[in-house]
Amino acid sequence: MTRRTRLLVFAVGGLGLLVVLVIAMAGIPGFGGGLHPYRDRAVAAGLAQRTPNVVASVNFDLRGLDTFGEELILLASVLGAATLLRTTRTERRREPPAPRSLPSTVLAGYLMLPVTLVLGLDVVVHGHLTPGGGFQGGVVLATGLHLLYVAGSYPALRRLRPLDWYEYGEAAGSGLFALTGLAGVVAGTGLLSNLLPHGSFGSLLSTGTVPLLNVAVGIGVGAGVVVLLAAFLEAEVATR
Amino acid sequence: MTILVCAVLVLVAVTGTVVVTTRDPKAQAVTLSVYGLVLALLFFALQAPDVALSQIAVGSALVPLMVLLAVRTVGKGVGKGRDAK
Amino acid sequence: MTSWLAYLVAAWLLVVGLYGVVTSHHLVHTVVCVSIAQSSTYVLLLGIGYQNGATAPIFGATTPPGTAVVDPVVQALSLTDIVVSATVTALLLALAIQVHRRHGTVDPDELHSLRG
Repeated sequence: MTRRTRLLVFAVGGLGLLVVLVIAMAGIPGFGGGLHPYRDRAVAAGLAQRTPNVVASVNFDLRGLDTFGEELILLASVLGAATLLRTTRTERRREPPAPRSLPSTVLAGYLMLPVTLVLGLDVVVHGHLTPGGGFQGGVVLATGLHLLYVAGSYPALRRLRPLDWYEYGEAAGSGLFALTGLAGVVAGTGLLSNLLPHGSFGSLLSTGTVPLLNVAVGIGVGAGVVVLLAAFLEAEVATR
Repeated sequence: MTILVCAVLVLVAVTGTVVVTTRDPKAQAVTLSVYGLVLALLFFALQAPDVALSQIAVGSALVPLMVLLAVRTVGKGVGKGRDAK
Repeated sequence: MTSWLAYLVAAWLLVVGLYGVVTSHHLVHTVVCVSIAQSSTYVLLLGIGYQNGATAPIFGATTPPGTAVVDPVVQALSLTDIVVSATVTALLLALAIQVHRRHGTVDPDELHSLRG
């Protein structure tokens, strides 16, 4: 198909899609209105579990199974990407060249590293109380670690990054999530049910299994993103 | 408040279009990062701090980084692939 | 009109993203356009859950239970959406790199046949 005909086909299809979408959207309750039946039920259910952050309650308590599925999607895609990016035979593994970064960049990288790691941990452990949680904190932790690369020290990053351990870490995160879920089955309350005591509203150790699952996801996501970025970095370094 | 939401919505549409029309993938990593931040701004304005945090971490840092690394990987040594089938 | 702006922006992002995919000359550009198209779902979801004057669905000292909040369910969905989008992007980028290794090009128009 030539580019002209392809554009023509798209113009027809795209316009049709736009028209159908606009017709469908005219049927949605208007933006900013007060009709939110799911909101009313989720907020009541989240508060019954004494979880201040209702979004965390939906993700890790009310619909924990969906989040477990998401965790597995992440695991599968990290596995797939790492497999696809393996260094092929034609590409020789090379040592990366000596880093060349501005001294101010190096300083900023090293200064930001501890700050980012503390911030990431804070976001993970307070996920049930304040905005944040395992996903956000895990990504912050993993990208924070790569400030070492920005600072130009790929060898330092490699030393801090024994990849095997991160691969185990990702498996451990998913495993902890699954075990927490199965504990509910053993206790007879059902898969991924919130069986721990809920504690007092707003305290760090409260809301039952929500912080536990947040930590599990934090470990899994953090380690998974490190493995993922490592695969991309290796592919980039290997192709010269 | 509503004016702020409307302004950010328009900004999202504009930056999204800019990302698509940026044909050089290396420059696109930068515009994508900006788009990620604008989306995060919208999510804050829509009272969704959880989603905004996630968007900042994923959309304006992680994904552009992967895009940049991928561009650098495919930009080098064109045509030396075709290893054993 | 303004009450439907959020939905229109979502529809626009989807169509613009698809336009980018159709006209792309570089597989990495294609992947980025897919992620733009996917970002339309966040705007649509959060737009549906928004309520004028309501606060974030996080209760505490300043937001006692009973305060009007926006819909947490769509926020949880968007959260999942963003993470899944990132993983899909990672996988597609890895595929683009693999295509480059096998065929020596990343222009979709130059890829005529599938080779195993």
